[in-house]
Amino acid sequence: MKMQMAITGRGGQGVLFLTRILTECALDLGQEVIASETHGMAMRGGSVISTLKVGPFRGPLIGSGQADLMLVLDEGSMETFFHLLSKDGALFLNSPSSGSHPFIDATGLAAGIGSPLMANLVLLGFTLQHNKLFCDYPLTESVTGRISPERFREANLKALKLGYSFPSSQRPG
Amino acid sequence: MKRILLGNEAIARGLLENGCSFAASYPGTPASEILSTFLQMAKAENSPAIGEWSINEKVAFETALAVSYAGGRSAVSMKQVGLNVACDPLMSSAYTGVKGGFLVISADDPGPHSSQTEQDSRMMAMMAKIPALDPSTPQEAKEMIGAAYQISEEFEIPVMVRPTTRVCHSRQGILLGEIPSPVLPSGFPKDPQRWAATPRYRFTLHLKLNQKIEAITEKYGKGSFLRVLGNKSARQCIISSGVALAHTYDLIKELNLENQIALYQVKMPYPLRAKAILDEISPFQDILIIEETYPVIEMQLAMRNRIKGRMDGSIPPQGELVPDVLLESIRTFAQIPGEKKPLPSGKPRRPTLCPGCPHRAAFYALRQALPDGIYPSDIGCYTLGLNLGAVDTVLCMGAGISQAAGLYHAFRIKGEIPPIAATIGDSTFYHAGVPALINAVHNGARFVLLILDNSTTAMTGDQPTPALERLADGRQGKAVAIEDLVHASGVQNIKVIDPYELEEMTKAIKEAHEATRSENGGVSVIIARHPCLMSPGASKKQKVYCMEVTGDCVACEICFRDFECPAIGPDPQSGMAKIDQNICSGCGVCAQVCPQEAIKTKGSEGTRIQGAL
Repeated sequence: MKMQMAITGRGGQGVLFLTRILTECALDLGQEVIASETHGMAMRGGSVISTLKVGPFRGPLIGSGQADLMLVLDEGSMETFFHLLSKDGALFLNSPSSGSHPFIDATGLAAGIGSPLMANLVLLGFTLQHNKLFCDYPLTESVTGRISPERFREANLKALKLGYSFPSSQRPG
Repeated sequence: MKRILLGNEAIARGLLENGCSFAASYPGTPASEILSTFLQMAKAENSPAIGEWSINEKVAFETALAVSYAGGRSAVSMKQVGLNVACDPLMSSAYTGVKGGFLVISADDPGPHSSQTEQDSRMMAMMAKIPALDPSTPQEAKEMIGAAYQISEEFEIPVMVRPTTRVCHSRQGILLGEIPSPVLPSGFPKDPQRWAATPRYRFTLHLKLNQKIEAITEKYGKGSFLRVLGNKSARQCIISSGVALAHTYDLIKELNLENQIALYQVKMPYPLRAKAILDEISPFQDILIIEETYPVIEMQLAMRNRIKGRMDGSIPPQGELVPDVLLESIRTFAQIPGEKKPLPSGKPRRPTLCPGCPHRAAFYALRQALPDGIYPSDIGCYTLGLNLGAVDTVLCMGAGISQAAGLYHAFRIKGEIPPIAATIGDSTFYHAGVPALINAVHNGARFVLLILDNSTTAMTGDQPTPALERLADGRQGKAVAIEDLVHASGVQNIKVIDPYELEEMTKAIKEAHEATRSENGGVSVIIARHPCLMSPGASKKQKVYCMEVTGDCVACEICFRDFECPAIGPDPQSGMAKIDQNICSGCGVCAQVCPQEAIKTKGSEGTRIQGAL
């Protein structure tokens, strides 16, 4: 198993939490994993990126055209990191509308169930629906439940499920 | 058992697994999580190990060093520029040496991502003449803590562990070991010729230090140099250390260059056993050194005509060695043709002060009150006052105050003195602002000082300041008030204001400036006090307004251009201000900013209620 991926967004959108979930999933699967995160000033609303490498890698960063998968929480940060996506890579976007990539209005849907801050989990659920990740929905759901703080657990799981069961007819071809 | 840990958490775990009894630090990206995790893990494991957030890195260093003098294993952690602050004890402690194992964990920030320089702490270790270990992954960082303590105690010398951002802030499955009882202080062995050495004995200590370094080179130099990749057929070699080694490793594999290139890792870049390394690498046709950020290994391998690296430009002499940069360098070195790689096409979003940030209100008031002022500032979230045009200089911790004084004296000589208003955060004020303020007052400087007091060290993740009684390890401490320090520094004119009260704040800044220019004027201080909304519970303590933009908006853009609230932007159709209710904090300050009074509290004519705190 070898997979390189990137998760981008604005500071505060929950990129770090998704990184944590996915590294824990890799560990549960017995895979080697290393991920790089953005901390510091950029977390104040600037563009942030996590890169995650599953398999026999040593360094945490990925080069241009190397990402098999990208999760984009903030459309405005997409251009900055789009060069990382490989030619055959898949990109899942948080947006009410988009041309060329599978998208979902994760922020809107999350706001609808209580908090726009759970858009990250809606997007992760949506991505899981497409079977492009190294882990599946049941594992991701159990890890999310395990590492969520008590007071957010129920809401987080609801958001993940909402993205996962998002009607596929609304996806572009 | 493996657990997913951040590099800094792995380092903290390594400290506990190796018997560290006391850790001190001052927060700074990328090192901040080391101390907080150390204390959390110690508590969870019922370990008697303790620690503290010190007021600055120099104090942290000296405090932890004294624990080592008394025989306990201790550590100090900081970001690389923090080591500049602690440089004085660093240099001297290399001479005195230590008793209990003592580690200096200095986290570098190639890039830089969150720092004012890309400096290389390994070079500081070299200047101090202490060993430096350079981990390439979080797992290795944890392992190196044990090795570092061993060297430190065996040779009674401080040992540096130098992670970089990509080690500190990488997440990896880490093998956990047992946490033993910490190595506690055994007593202070009086030895004034060592601990209080005068220059005469310092010479002897220097001699001993040189002998220690030589012995460490002899004993550990060879084992810290190892071949990690490459077949027998390899004719070229790369020597690397730190996370650059990890990325080089991945690239050599990706490019299938193992038949052509041998890769060596240097785990201890200083002291280097140069002779043994040169013997090993001399047979190779070409030699390239890849390290971050300065040529520390390269300088020690004096074979300039054969070695390529940062000094001859084969590796860019500045900047982080990310895979794209390394790929170019390795391709050139291996003489394999490159293909054009896609490049970033968009600019990253710039960071901004958060919605509802009290600093935004303070900066806006400053710009209103003294539009022609010079604004020296400092290090912290409020550096982002740049976006509001209210920050003119950012040099290093505490410099905003000294530079305000310097600018005053500069213009005093010139004869025309513009308004000067410095800003500094509360934690930075404690860290290095107090001596600067005493100096400014004593030497007759005249300027306005705004202490932006959000009651936390916000930028690095809400570490407590000396203003709070809550200590890092949960104990009750003694609060030291900013007002008292300002007063004791000789400042007569002090005011405490909530910057959310924009009109009052603006008026106070104007008056403070006028006071500096009055007959007996000096430094006027305004403490702009309002808690950081990111601090747990802080936003619940203040009134939250539901804001709306009425039809009176004339699209003047002041609320999102000048006030720069990220929760407000132009409506794509009308250009009028539009509030993003998903991120609006409901602070209500924008209603005071809008000259048309077009931003209102929904459902009423209300403006912000005074005293919402």
